[in-house]
Amino acid sequence: MKPRHKRIALILAGLAILAIAATLVLNAFQSNLVFFFSPTQVAAGEAPKGRSFRIGGMVREGSLQRQADGVTLRFVVTDTDKDMTVAYKGILPDLFREGKGVVAQGKLGDDGVFAATEVLAKHDENYMPPEAAKAVGDAHERAAANQASAQAAARTLKQ
Amino acid sequence: MIPEVGNFALVLALCVALTQGTLPLLGAHLNRQQWVALARPAAVAQALLLAIAFGCLTTAFVQNDFSVVYVAQHSNTLLPLQYRVAAVWGGHEGSLLLWVVMLVLWTLAVALRSTQLPEAMVARVLGVLGLVSAGFLLFILFTSNPFERLLPGAAEGRDLNPLLQDPGLIIHPPMLYMGYVGFSVAFAFAIAALLSGQLDAAWARWSRPWTTAAWVFLTIGIALGSWWAYYELGWGGWWFWDPVENASFMPWLIGTALVHSLAVTEKRGSFKNWTVLLAISAFSLSLLGTFLVRSGVLTSVHAFATDPRRGIFILVFLGTVIGSSLALFAWRAPKVGLGGRFGLLSRESLLLTNNVLLVVACASVLLGTLYPLLIDALGAGKLSVGPPYFDAVFVPLMLPAVFLMGVAPCARWKHASVRELARTLRWAFVAAAVVGVGAPFLFGEWKPLVALSLLLAAWIVFSALLNLFERVQSTRAGQPFLAAVRRQPRSFFGMHLAHVGISVFIVGVTMVGAYQAEKDVKMEPGDTVSVGGYSFRFNGVREEKGPNYRALVGDIDLLKNGAAVRKMFPEKRFYVASSMPMTEAAIDTGFLRDVYVSLGEPIDKARPDAAWAVRVYYKPFVDWIWGGCVLMAMGGLLAISDRRYRIKARSAAPAPAVTTASLAQNA
Repeated sequence: MKPRHKRIALILAGLAILAIAATLVLNAFQSNLVFFFSPTQVAAGEAPKGRSFRIGGMVREGSLQRQADGVTLRFVVTDTDKDMTVAYKGILPDLFREGKGVVAQGKLGDDGVFAATEVLAKHDENYMPPEAAKAVGDAHERAAANQASAQAAARTLKQ
Repeated sequence: MIPEVGNFALVLALCVALTQGTLPLLGAHLNRQQWVALARPAAVAQALLLAIAFGCLTTAFVQNDFSVVYVAQHSNTLLPLQYRVAAVWGGHEGSLLLWVVMLVLWTLAVALRSTQLPEAMVARVLGVLGLVSAGFLLFILFTSNPFERLLPGAAEGRDLNPLLQDPGLIIHPPMLYMGYVGFSVAFAFAIAALLSGQLDAAWARWSRPWTTAAWVFLTIGIALGSWWAYYELGWGGWWFWDPVENASFMPWLIGTALVHSLAVTEKRGSFKNWTVLLAISAFSLSLLGTFLVRSGVLTSVHAFATDPRRGIFILVFLGTVIGSSLALFAWRAPKVGLGGRFGLLSRESLLLTNNVLLVVACASVLLGTLYPLLIDALGAGKLSVGPPYFDAVFVPLMLPAVFLMGVAPCARWKHASVRELARTLRWAFVAAAVVGVGAPFLFGEWKPLVALSLLLAAWIVFSALLNLFERVQSTRAGQPFLAAVRRQPRSFFGMHLAHVGISVFIVGVTMVGAYQAEKDVKMEPGDTVSVGGYSFRFNGVREEKGPNYRALVGDIDLLKNGAAVRKMFPEKRFYVASSMPMTEAAIDTGFLRDVYVSLGEPIDKARPDAAWAVRVYYKPFVDWIWGGCVLMAMGGLLAISDRRYRIKARSAAPAPAVTTASLAQNA
């Protein structure tokens, strides 16, 4: 083979590796992107059926229930606007607390209960998982906007 | 008073770093010997000043000086002394100071150990390191000063995050940073080569030990972090594809490619541009890692603070370093030349293929790490890329790379023949196939992927042994076999030891992934649960007091076939100052398996003396994961200690005259 042919062959081999890698990456990427939804979005039916996704918000005070086997749990996650029930089997992380932020990953069942495969509460007392903070923040913003429009409506009525 | 001394030392260090980063570089360019001669003294002075600053901060921690903000935020009078010292790098400001301290230590090492190098080269290398150091010192002084005062001082400190109160914290960050920062030396050598236009085998020989040393530290640092997560987080996982982990893994992948590319540049003079590009990338990824972890974009355990100013500063710094070095590369690379030619199948081409695979693997990790940040920054929603993505991409890319690891050491430089390679390696492959197919039967269910992984692991070991045997036979010249073995260079053994480390690592990852068993159960005192052939009897929980926490300690008997093996004491700790709970797992470590118990929570919060949720694991071969990393690091050390770096360095002594001549030509 001439040097030029060799170089072309090398380049082709490199491109082949890159093409295979790109296919692998895109395939895996598509099937493994985990999207995040707030309880409000889930209530509005935006969340996918039969695909894993994440939810986040605050754990409602007094909502944690333990089944007789001791490791099957249910609790309610809220973004202060809408609530959703989460079922989980296993041991909760150290910083899982009622009234604190939480993120859970899993699938939505037909009964509307979110079956979590993973519950994340990060390791800092002051820390709120960014997704959970966003869910609650969005709900607050909506509430504020609703209040503002209600006030505006009231003002128009008075005039 | 002491913090002010530290602060002043930092300011002086910045001045010295700026001098070190400008005059020697200009001097090397304009051929002014006085300016060139400034490089070494400046490096020494900077190291002394930063040692003073670091000593001052440590003193503030030891003396519980809560009038310093950083100390008040990360320490507490109850904190034991060793953690007060380690707390120096337990937060954002201090860990940046540690970063710069590591940088000046590397600079000092280069300054002291480079007596055989041409003076102009030393001046350029130290100059580039000085500029990097100046950037970080500016960052510390303007956005993250650890010596900032709190007036009036706090009566008590907020305490160190309990997660960090562990021997792991004392050694993990320094090792990791030594690795991260160590790539700055490879980077400085690459930039110096671009500036001078002198990039040859001698240059590669100078850079090699430094690059390998950084790689060794990074390997150990990552392994320590993984081991720490395994025993401290209480989840029994050893790698989570967390962005912070990826941040340290990407420089490692590129660093590994760089170590191999440098070998080709030294032996054959090829891959020059590629080597330089890898050196720039490895350091850029180290900086990117610092940015990701330190700017607070990833809010996780490692992001201690969130401050946009810091993020912007690092981003600008990152852009300047990467942008200017790539611009320099684009401008000067054509001058460097391509180097020796090689055949389509040769050791060069095999190493190049492995290099490409490593780079592609790194790119896919980078994509998975940055994509969620990008989407978030664009306001297009929140998403995460799950570990299955990384597994699905990483494993198929690494399988051919691992296969080639067995082939490349046996292939000839310049031109190799398929038939010859096949003839040499066929028995190694047959033996590996027998082991790979047979071994899974010993451990349980036969799975094709397990068989493939074990085949590759055995393949590395057998082909390495074969390579050793062949090499000894061909250089023996009538001597006894063992004497000929002893005459082989250390770097040869270093290479194979590191490769065997990969093999051991693969065995660990495969076995624990395929055959681990876990159970989460409720246990009343007296209950027994079985997993992986072991039984655990729960005898209840008792209360204990630590220096700065109180703990509920589980009492568990580990039994095998009804016979007691040992007692295990997993803990649930509650730290007084931060009121944070922490799980301390109890682990019985063995050569072939770990048994792992951690306490969840009491079933009834009011009755911790009754039933608990308990998690038990059986983890076969898990310690091989870190054992493999230790072997890799030892291989690296063995390679650095090779005689030829010393002997040839000495024989290269007349080089300065030549370099000055070529410099004059360039000018």
